[in-house]
Amino acid sequence: MNSLAIGEIMSILDVRNFRAYYFTKAGTVKAVDGVNLSIDKKTIIGIVGESGCGKSTLAKALSFNVEPPLKIVKGDIVIDGIKINDMTTDEIRRKILGIKVALIPQSAMNALVPTVKIRSFIKDVLKEKTGYTTLEIFELAVKRFKELNLPIEALDMYPFELSGGMRQRVLIAIATLLNPSLLIADEPTSALDVSTQKMVLETLYDIYRRGLVKSIIFISHDIATVRQIADEIVVMYAGKFVEKGSTEEMINEPLHPYSKGLIFSILTPELIVRERVRKAKEVLLKGEPPSLINPPSGCRFHPRCPYAMDICRREEPPMIEVERNRFVSCWLYVKR
Amino acid sequence: MSKVILEVKNLTKVYRIGLIRQKEIVAVNNINFNVKEGEIISLVGESGSGKTTTARIILRLLRPTSGNVLFNGKDIWVDIGNKKELKWYWRNVNGVFQDPYSSFNPTHTIRFVMLRTFNLFDEEIDYDTKINMIKEALKEVGLIPEEILDKRPFELSGGMRQRVLIARIFLIRPKLVIADEPTSMIDATLRLSLLDLFLKLRDEFKTSQIFITHDLGLATYISDRILVMYKGEIVEEGIPEEILNKPSHPYTKKLLESVPKLYSKWLT
Repeated sequence: MNSLAIGEIMSILDVRNFRAYYFTKAGTVKAVDGVNLSIDKKTIIGIVGESGCGKSTLAKALSFNVEPPLKIVKGDIVIDGIKINDMTTDEIRRKILGIKVALIPQSAMNALVPTVKIRSFIKDVLKEKTGYTTLEIFELAVKRFKELNLPIEALDMYPFELSGGMRQRVLIAIATLLNPSLLIADEPTSALDVSTQKMVLETLYDIYRRGLVKSIIFISHDIATVRQIADEIVVMYAGKFVEKGSTEEMINEPLHPYSKGLIFSILTPELIVRERVRKAKEVLLKGEPPSLINPPSGCRFHPRCPYAMDICRREEPPMIEVERNRFVSCWLYVKR
Repeated sequence: MSKVILEVKNLTKVYRIGLIRQKEIVAVNNINFNVKEGEIISLVGESGSGKTTTARIILRLLRPTSGNVLFNGKDIWVDIGNKKELKWYWRNVNGVFQDPYSSFNPTHTIRFVMLRTFNLFDEEIDYDTKINMIKEALKEVGLIPEEILDKRPFELSGGMRQRVLIARIFLIRPKLVIADEPTSMIDATLRLSLLDLFLKLRDEFKTSQIFITHDLGLATYISDRILVMYKGEIVEEGIPEEILNKPSHPYTKKLLESVPKLYSKWLT
């Protein structure tokens, strides 16, 4: 009974003090610098931030798409109950990638092989991992394509023959063929027209709704898109998480001064948003994000923060739980 | 009633491609609109809607197949021909584009780029006055002149490069600015402060502006009037409130539905 209970509350992903750095000639870029993240079953979590905040690096590191100069420096990763730290690269490739965690990268074109038909690509990817026969793999793919309303003909096409949106949807289907517990989608819709964006998002949600993946990390700079699909939103700044809360709370009442600046500067075609932006002028940010080779002392946001105090320059703020499941890392919210 | 400074009449642009079997593509199909003094309008459309072709014709970079563009009553493809007239036109109608990399020669310093702007000026200005004017313009857009004058484009961030292009506009003070996706490569928190520079330009100098964008959210924020373009035609025109609350053309409706919003959700 006991072990069962533990099994039920176990989260899909548990990451502690996670760090991934780029080791370059110019210096060490601390792109992901000590993040903690725990994702429950049946959750879509959105990670938002601007260029260079480390969100894509986080996607790569959590899905083990790590190539020099990027290196995972530190941190424990537990995915679906499995401790990854003890595993070799080869074990990770055989037992984890595509099975426990899968990544959908920004550009589907780069993920697929241009000279190989979708059908052979799927065979190549799955054969080694599963030991299935070519026929079994093909049957699995056809079944999944039908389930997700993707055209079966796409299997006999080359990537360039598919439209951008279709390519991205096909890639989502391939990445999740083995029902990974966690799907990480890194800006999956950012290169697409608005009408195709919606279709890609629907495919992603379809996979989630059918239980083919247990949880999704949706990474994007586009908060209006994240808002469509995510239950919770995490805001990332300069390699760290600064705030986390339910999507509704984050959209309506961001707490961290950076989240405020970010979320109140979104422009959507809604009159209410236009009024909001006009009113929110005082929280708008000046300056630009810092270099991650030499990040500012204390709170990394302090040089741009209108409320910066002495302590912000000296000491890094802790992540505190201001309400149930509402976290913010800012000295303004620390009771002293 | 403000006066009309730009009139676009029955403007059409047909591209012919191929040598033997020529194919015709109608990029802009018989469009009409005008811009008043101090007014900001947006041409909104997806890729291939003809919005950038329209912008290039108005900037007198591309000859239309038929139709007219009148600036202060002058037909820009008939009444403007020689170098002097062109200089006058670009002094009055100038642009800011999407990718600052392609707008700059990478080997030139910001000082050089800004000084060259004076080629559009008729008046004789001495070097010190020019530099002072440049510094003023850079300050207007929130840059510190001493820090950037001797830098080259690649030494600046994308946001700063775009500010330099807007500083150029503050220097030239044209009557009409064509802004072609000026913030589409800029992050959200920096974008708004850039857009506010365009509003400042209008408030200080009554500069009319045409924003070319695919982003209805941006258009809603910045424009007095929105023109929706689809397949080379203007299918809908109105103030933001009308476009958002009572879109009449099916394309506008579809576009509005497919743009992700903050206060409504597609997926349930």
